[in-house]
Amino acid sequence: MLSARNLEVVYDDVVLALRGVSLEVPDGRIVALLGANGAGKTSLLRALTGLLDVHEGEITKGSVSLDGEDLRRTPPEAVVRKGVRQVLEGRRVFVELSIEENLKVGAHTARASMAENLERVYSLFPVLSDRRSLTAGYLSGGEQQMLAMGRAMMSNPRYLLLDEPSLGLAPLMVEAIRDVIVEINSTGTGVLLVEQNASMALSIAHHGYVMETGRVVLDKPAAELLADDDVREFYLGLHPGEDGSGRKSFRDAKHYRRKKRWSA
Amino acid sequence: MSTFLEAVVRGLGTGSVYALLALGFVIIYKATSVISFAQPALMLSGAVVTSYLVPAMGVLLFTGFSFFFSVAIAAIITAALALLIERLAIRPMVGKAVFVVAIITLGIDIAVRVVVNGFIGLGARPIGFPWGLDRVTVLGLDVQIRHLVMMGTVALVITALYFFFQRSKYGLAMRAAALDQEAAMTMGVSVGGVFALSWAIAGGLAAIAGSLLATGAGVDRQLWIVALVALPAIILGGLDSLEGAVIGGLLIGVAEALVGTYQRQYAPWLGDNVALVAPYALMLAVLLVRPYGIFGTAEVRRV
Repeated sequence: MLSARNLEVVYDDVVLALRGVSLEVPDGRIVALLGANGAGKTSLLRALTGLLDVHEGEITKGSVSLDGEDLRRTPPEAVVRKGVRQVLEGRRVFVELSIEENLKVGAHTARASMAENLERVYSLFPVLSDRRSLTAGYLSGGEQQMLAMGRAMMSNPRYLLLDEPSLGLAPLMVEAIRDVIVEINSTGTGVLLVEQNASMALSIAHHGYVMETGRVVLDKPAAELLADDDVREFYLGLHPGEDGSGRKSFRDAKHYRRKKRWSA
Repeated sequence: MSTFLEAVVRGLGTGSVYALLALGFVIIYKATSVISFAQPALMLSGAVVTSYLVPAMGVLLFTGFSFFFSVAIAAIITAALALLIERLAIRPMVGKAVFVVAIITLGIDIAVRVVVNGFIGLGARPIGFPWGLDRVTVLGLDVQIRHLVMMGTVALVITALYFFFQRSKYGLAMRAAALDQEAAMTMGVSVGGVFALSWAIAGGLAAIAGSLLATGAGVDRQLWIVALVALPAIILGGLDSLEGAVIGGLLIGVAEALVGTYQRQYAPWLGDNVALVAPYALMLAVLLVRPYGIFGTAEVRRV
């Protein structure tokens, strides 16, 4: 189990990004992490994979652990070798390398099983298989996202941490990405899915967390989150009345107060 | 006509050595975005190590082979020296402004050169190149053997480098890290390792270049100045392009040789030694037309 306990993260010694965040990713499950911009989702991922250092951030309190083993001082490349892989927000493919070279870099820590992993990734993403020698920078956004995910699968990780895989993609592409996440998960890889697209994330997740200004404010099974009135309103854009019984009146919706109650 | 072609061969010979030096600069620049001014010192140390190894090897191996074997070992020793420098002086500076690191490399250059000078002595040390300044006739052209050896050796080294960057795990990792360091980290690539490797490769290349350059007049204290010619070569080719470094190096070499051959005849009023200035004049001309070099990315960065 990959877990964070009472995590506090500070950037540049002054900016407090996470305040007492706890989160668990059990093996073989999909965990969704929702939250608005600046809530601290990416900081949490960085804390898990050792990338805080690059951004002048550090863990000031709490712990990050994999099966009870402390990961706080583990450098990013060692975290990868332990089977935890992050797909960065915004795809970040190596634009000047070919698709196949991108995937081979992904296999940096697992060269011995590269051939079979390559076949597996190509069968997972047939789009990539058709143009192995094409320069990655020429792929469309959705294809680059697939390449970024395929690259991470090249070491057959135990946990895959996806940072906003649906960012900037067309709805059809988002569905394709969702199906792939389910498929990856079905082979036993645990997934931590950071998303703004709450309906997509909650439709496949087993468990969900909602973050707001550096804290976890909700921590429930995904089904309960989907039914939660606040989540429905703030993240799914559905109002209590909208499924039939009259529209919501803004006169008696003191929703700023409800938000406040959350983060208290 | 044959004068012209002989000058071109001479230029390609020295040019290929410039190309090796330029490759070292570009490899370090791509990995760490710092221009390392320690290359001249590494080149000088490589040449000096070779000059000590050849006589020692000569007892064991037949002439000719002992030179190449010594160059290979000198390359490894210099690569180790470069690794040490990177670990002690450069790695602690990761994340600092690039010009700070560039100035540190200048200091390292001077420090290493002072130490190496002690091993050279006042005059020139013979490098033990078996053919000296002997000439040979190839296709009707009268050329020095050493220029052919330079071209051959450099072609071999560049082919090896090509396969390293195209096929090997670490070559691929270095290319990836040059494009996006954070993404490379999430692939399990140790970026510190990439820095170290880039210095080691540049050190090895500089050592080979230095040994080849010294085949003519031996190793003396002024040899390091030649490494600075790699600067016009990389600026000509584009700071971030490996192909550019090779082509820039060759162009500079040929330009230098041609000016050296014809200047006295056609522009005697320019005086002596204009050939030494030719690389910089060519660089200036190219910079006026393409400020980012022939193959460089248009994005201009200050170093």
